Amino acid sequence: MQIDWFPLWLSLRVAIVSTALALAAGLWIAYILANREFRGKEALDSAVTLPLVLPPTVLGYYLLVVVGRASPIGRLWEDVFGSPLVFTWKAAVLAAWIHSFPLLVKSARAAFESVDRSYERAARTLGASEWRLFWRVTAPLAHRQIFAAAALAFARSLGDFGVTLMVAGNIPGRTQTMAVAIYDAVESGNGRLARVLVLVISAIALAILTLANRLVPEGFKTR
Amino acid sequence: MIQVRIRKTFPVRPDSSGFSLDLEFQAAAGVTVLFGPSGSGKTLTLDSIAGFVRPDEGRVLLDDQILFDGATGVHLPPQARNCGYVFQNYALFPHMTLRQNLEFAVERRPRLERHRRVNEMLERFRLQDAAGRRPHEVSGGQRQRCSIARALIGSPNVLLLDEPAQGLDAPLRGELYAVLRQVRADFKTPVLLVSHDLDECFELGEEMLVLREGRIVQSGTPRKILDQPANLDVARLLGTFNLLPAEIRALDPGRNSSRVVMGDFELDGPYFPGHLKGDRVTLCVRPEQLRATSKNGRPVPNQVAAELLRTIEKPHSVRLEFSGGILVDVSRAEYESQRDRESHDGQKWTIEFPREALRVL
Repeated sequence: MQIDWFPLWLSLRVAIVSTALALAAGLWIAYILANREFRGKEALDSAVTLPLVLPPTVLGYYLLVVVGRASPIGRLWEDVFGSPLVFTWKAAVLAAWIHSFPLLVKSARAAFESVDRSYERAARTLGASEWRLFWRVTAPLAHRQIFAAAALAFARSLGDFGVTLMVAGNIPGRTQTMAVAIYDAVESGNGRLARVLVLVISAIALAILTLANRLVPEGFKTR
Repeated sequence: MIQVRIRKTFPVRPDSSGFSLDLEFQAAAGVTVLFGPSGSGKTLTLDSIAGFVRPDEGRVLLDDQILFDGATGVHLPPQARNCGYVFQNYALFPHMTLRQNLEFAVERRPRLERHRRVNEMLERFRLQDAAGRRPHEVSGGQRQRCSIARALIGSPNVLLLDEPAQGLDAPLRGELYAVLRQVRADFKTPVLLVSHDLDECFELGEEMLVLREGRIVQSGTPRKILDQPANLDVARLLGTFNLLPAEIRALDPGRNSSRVVMGDFELDGPYFPGHLKGDRVTLCVRPEQLRATSKNGRPVPNQVAAELLRTIEKPHSVRLEFSGGILVDVSRAEYESQRDRESHDGQKWTIEFPREALRVL
């Protein structure tokens, strides 16, 4: 049987890009949530967590409203890049990102909060700027948990189905990711293909979880 | 020189009973100990100086730099305060070697100076051999010295130590005191030390501030405070006194004498300024100032007859507990010679209150 491996490569590419984007924005928000006291902190936390609890179709609908061809952002995108955002692999990245971002923020916040406050206080009394404090003290001390958080976000990006279907569609060879391809295979009665894809994605997920679990427990001794 | 006048109130909440800090002091070179029970505001004071806590009002002046001023809203961040802070758990960065920990503190200085300072500190605090190792790979003493070195390497204007001896075993504690005495001798930096250990105050402190519920209740040299606690609260905090109810029967400033009545006994003491005849007072005497003898003679002036209830063994002495709540500390040899002496009733003792040791509160 000839198996089309395009969905696998697309899924991996989407997951890598969306994890990178989630790290860039998520670490920053997680750090602020973990370290600052400000008005609306809990509101921000709730807003960030919301995608975790909303049905994927609802998320997809919101995304369509926000970046669809009729929306200002969608039109701006089209003006700048010359083609619409929705129903491309970039939309799949966006879908995977919104699906994995809350998970990353949650676990990165926990990672930052697990760093003993006295290290940060010590760094401050030693004259370290907030920037240097983050890169030289907090991030290195939390790096294992951050890698674990990124691994989880990656796995979740890899498995997104509902949001992807809503904003990127199911175009074989263009936007058909693994999760969508499996659905497609089952729908069209191609049981062998579905089984192969299911096994592959299960193996990848298992590998990532194992990696994440191995990263977490080892920390630094303090005193 | 550091001058502190701060006030901070934590309102009563369902989960806390509220607390207010309101104190004023200054400290020059040398070690000033903030002494008090837990919850008295010692660490809060350090944190206000270091800039982790913003007081409601007041002013913190370090040399001639204003660190905090409630009236004008100045509140420098910890980074700009130049305070060395030694944390209770040392807070050495676990992912850096000892050398990197020191370098972190002087990173913004020119490279040559940085190098010179780090090497000088490593040498001064005997850390050369451990410089390449991480905190969890070195001994407790080395960690301790490294955290002090790291706090001092940037030439801070004040060194803050938060209960550095907490939880240390005796040898490490001794080592810490030696290092701090060295620091006191070598650096001109004022040192503020938080402690709730009286031995530590005597071991290190030139000045001592006694804190209770966010207020300074007495300040002075440790010796002076122990000799004359300002009030009953201080005496209780120090925890080393016989506090016995008594009444003043006579006072004579001319002959510097007084007479107090405690139960059935009359005692002669020095003149007590600020008290009146007939005042109900608390007699305050340290257990080691009293002399106990097992000979049950007739009560003579400044002796009290009491019954020995219990003896408690201590490392260097024996504490005798008498009826009426009187505690006497005697050396082991003294106790044994007294015990062996023939007495018609082993439990009856007489206790002498030396005239000059008497204090009333």
